[in-house]
Formats: sequence, structure tokens, C-alpha cells
Amino acid sequence: MNLALIKPPLFLICLGPLAYYAWGVQADALGANPIEAVTRGMGTWALNFLLITLAVTPLRKFSGWNWLIRLRRMLGLFVFFYAALHLGTYLWFDQFFDWAEIAKDILKRPFITVGMICVVLLVPLAATSNSIAIRKLGGRRWQGLHRSVYLIGLLAVLHYFWMVKADISKPLLYAVLLGALLGLRIWWRLQERNRQLAGAYSPKPLGRIISLAIKK
Amino acid sequence: MLIRRADSIIPSEITPRALFERRRDFLRLSAGIALAGVLPSAHAKLGPGKSSPYSISETPTPLKHVTSYNNYYEFGTDKEEPARTAHRLRVRPWTLQIDGLVKQAKTLGIEDILKLAPLEERIYRMRCVEGWSMVIPWLGFPVASLLKQVQPLGNAKYVEFITANQPENMPGVGSRVLDWPYVEGLRLDEAMHPLAIIAVGLYGEALPNQNGAPLRLVVPWKYGFKSGKSIVRIRFTDREPRTSWMKAGPSEYGFYSNVNPEVDHPRWSQARERRIGEFSKRKTLMFNGYGEQVSQLYTGMDLRKNF
Repeated sequence: MNLALIKPPLFLICLGPLAYYAWGVQADALGANPIEAVTRGMGTWALNFLLITLAVTPLRKFSGWNWLIRLRRMLGLFVFFYAALHLGTYLWFDQFFDWAEIAKDILKRPFITVGMICVVLLVPLAATSNSIAIRKLGGRRWQGLHRSVYLIGLLAVLHYFWMVKADISKPLLYAVLLGALLGLRIWWRLQERNRQLAGAYSPKPLGRIISLAIKK
Repeated sequence: MLIRRADSIIPSEITPRALFERRRDFLRLSAGIALAGVLPSAHAKLGPGKSSPYSISETPTPLKHVTSYNNYYEFGTDKEEPARTAHRLRVRPWTLQIDGLVKQAKTLGIEDILKLAPLEERIYRMRCVEGWSMVIPWLGFPVASLLKQVQPLGNAKYVEFITANQPENMPGVGSRVLDWPYVEGLRLDEAMHPLAIIAVGLYGEALPNQNGAPLRLVVPWKYGFKSGKSIVRIRFTDREPRTSWMKAGPSEYGFYSNVNPEVDHPRWSQARERRIGEFSKRKTLMFNGYGEQVSQLYTGMDLRKNF
């Protein structure tokens, strides 16, 4: 699979949501409250990309398309990209950079607290997404660190739940999708354990996935 | 190959997106014009209405925003949904039942209600509990003129407003987001306050369905959800009514729900608001700026406790 053919168009597609909202603001097509629409849109797309990123491994395992893993870094960085924009819209459009007010808000309102924790936890993942960081950390430690994305996913869905007023159908949908993606991983782990208990133990080839990611 | 056929459309023949998307507006508009001839009751001109000293002088929010950004959960929880689906609301015939602790219960037809009192234009601020606000030129009359149609008994202290429940026409009542029918309530003296009105129109015309046709409550010093839409029954009671939002979240929505920048919603601040159409936020005013008229209703009350 020639990734050079897939990556540039995928990159552009990933910018699509941002382009849509930029167009919407320009064309006055986002309804009566465009600022809220942009703020929520950026949050929704951060969460969408998080689920897409978490879907890479299951998709790879089921399809056998191992090259999918080499798109994961870009998808993961788009989680951070949209989350940072989401944070930016909050800091600017909601709080107008009133730092005292922002500090109070983070401490006082659980859904803001949780959202902020998500962005903070995403920073080290974005920072260590390059090959140098992977080599420096070593595959096992790098993978351990990046497993925090599961926690981030849970917190992001919680952030959504606590934000809505009464209709929880959308956060519930995200919870179900995230549950399925995380559930798969638990299931794999249990299967692995059962295999080990049955005596078919062979050490997991450490860093196999990583080496694929580094290979250019 | 079949895919190749796409090439046969030359770019100049493709309708620009903006134009294409206006097609629905055009169809809706022409349908509206066609209907207007057949059904004179829909969007009938009611106004302009007597001007009122209770009106504020701030610029009204454009009609298109007032009618396209609505919280009317019976028609869906997205704010754009009611404008799309509320045309299904059956607004004629419409009767309003007034009962409970009254000497004699009464049922009024909408035609008689419209003649109860001269219609006034009331330009009011409307502050939603979610942190946005509008300025709306309502057309209506004081709630008091309606309540005077019956004689309340001495022990009547509250009024409950029960709104329409038409499951066959309301796609939202199938979900249990709130306890249907939507119920709101006021203390009797709040309901009798001259600022509290029954609105039957806005911008000089009959209320659009998504704004609560054919008659709704407007209590401008309280958060918007207190102003129940499409009211079918008013009940006098001796006990504080349990409203739909109190049932949904008793720790978040109190009976009074007066606009108060100092008492935050447990999950977001109420100190500021975004006026629809504006970029910066405004400071939220105590009682939504109607403190001079209404604060005496609450003397001696702890508004933090009675939120």
C-alpha cells in the first residue's frame, strides 16, 4: 500500500470539519448562535477523531490491513488539533481570556474540570508522537504513556454527559461507541490471558506495532 | 466504466451550493404564500398593538433568529428542530381550560381569548437558562386579564400552566427527556404582575408554532423555560406546582428560577450571557433588568435558597 497516495488526501479530509465551520461562519449558515455552533463543533470533532483513532487497531486486526496503523499518528494528532481549537473557542468566545474567571470555572464546574484534564492529558501524547520520542522512550514506555488515551476517551464522554441539559441521547451514543472500542481491547486481553493460562505462552513481540509506525 | 459518467457533467452546470440550499427556502416561501391565501388564520396580522410603557428600547433580535433558535422539546431537543417540525402542531380549534381552586371553572375558545383585552406590544428581554438572550417584540395582554375571568378561592396561592401534549404531532414527546405534558407554575402574585403576559403574537403577527402558538406565557424576569408554550390549561392550586424541569433536575431548576447573575446553575455560570447576534458577552442583570418592577415580590426571601 502506497501511503504517500493516501496520506495527503486524508490530511485534507481531516481538515474538512474545520473548513465547514469556517465556511459556515463566513456564509452565516450556522444558525442564530454561530459561536456556540463552532465551539460545540470543535468539541464534537475532537471526540469523533478520538473514536476514529481508537478504531484503527480493531479495523487493522479484523481486516488484516496492517498499513492502517501508519495513519494512526495523523488521526491522533487531529484529536489534539480539534481539542486545542475547542479549548481555544472556550478561552476566547466564552471567557474572553478572563484568566481569573477561567480559573474559577475550572475549579467550580465539573464538566469544565474534566474537559480541561482531557486537553492537558493530550499534550504529552501529541508531544511524543514523533519517531524521536518513541526511540527515546522505548516502545514499552511509549505504549504505556499512550494508553492514557483510553482514560481521555472516558473523560471526554463524561465531559459531554455533564454538559447537556436533559437530552442525553448523543453523549449516550458516544459512550456506547467508546464502550465497544474499549470493550474489544478488554476482550482481547482476556483471550490473551486464557491462552497464556492454557500454556501457549510465547512472549509478545514487543514493539512490533511501533516498528511499523517508525518505518517510513 | 460506469464511474466515468461523472465526467459528462461540466462544472458550469452544477448548481452552486448556496443556491442549491436556498431551494428549500424558496419552496417553503412559495408554499407559505399559497397557503396564506387559503388559510387566513395562519400568520394572520394581529398587530401592531398598543405600545406599552413596559417595553424596553433595546434593538429587537431579528425575526429569523427568534423563529429559528427555539427550545421547544416536544419538537426535538436541537434548537433548529422546532422550526422544521412545529408546523405539525394543531393550533385550531384551541381551547383553554381554567380550573382548580376557582368558584366556577371555565373553558375559553381561542377566538374569545383574542378578544379578552386589547393587544399590546411588549418588547422584552428574554434570557435563557443556557446563557443566551434575545429581545422579542411580543404581542399579548396581561396574564391578569385572563385570570380575572374566573374567581379564585381564598386558598388559591399558585397557578399551574399546563401545555399542549399532541403525541401524534409532536415527535419529541416519544422520548422521556421531560415529563409530558410540560408544566410550569407561578405564585399567584407573580402571575398577576403587570409584566407577566400571555403572548399571542410576535413582530405584529400571530405566534409561529415553534414560539408557542397559539398562546404562551411570557415572564420576562425569569429564565425562558418558565414561559410555557402552547398553553391548554391553567389550574389554581394551594400548593407549589412541581414543574417539568423541577422533576427533571431538582438540584438544578428551582420553582422560582428568577434571572440572577449571582446564583449560578450548578454546571455553568449565570454571570454573563450572549445576546443572539452579538460577539461579546453582556453582564446578566438581576431579574433580567426588571428588578425595579418585580423585586418587591421577593422581599425577605433568600434567593439563593429559593433559586
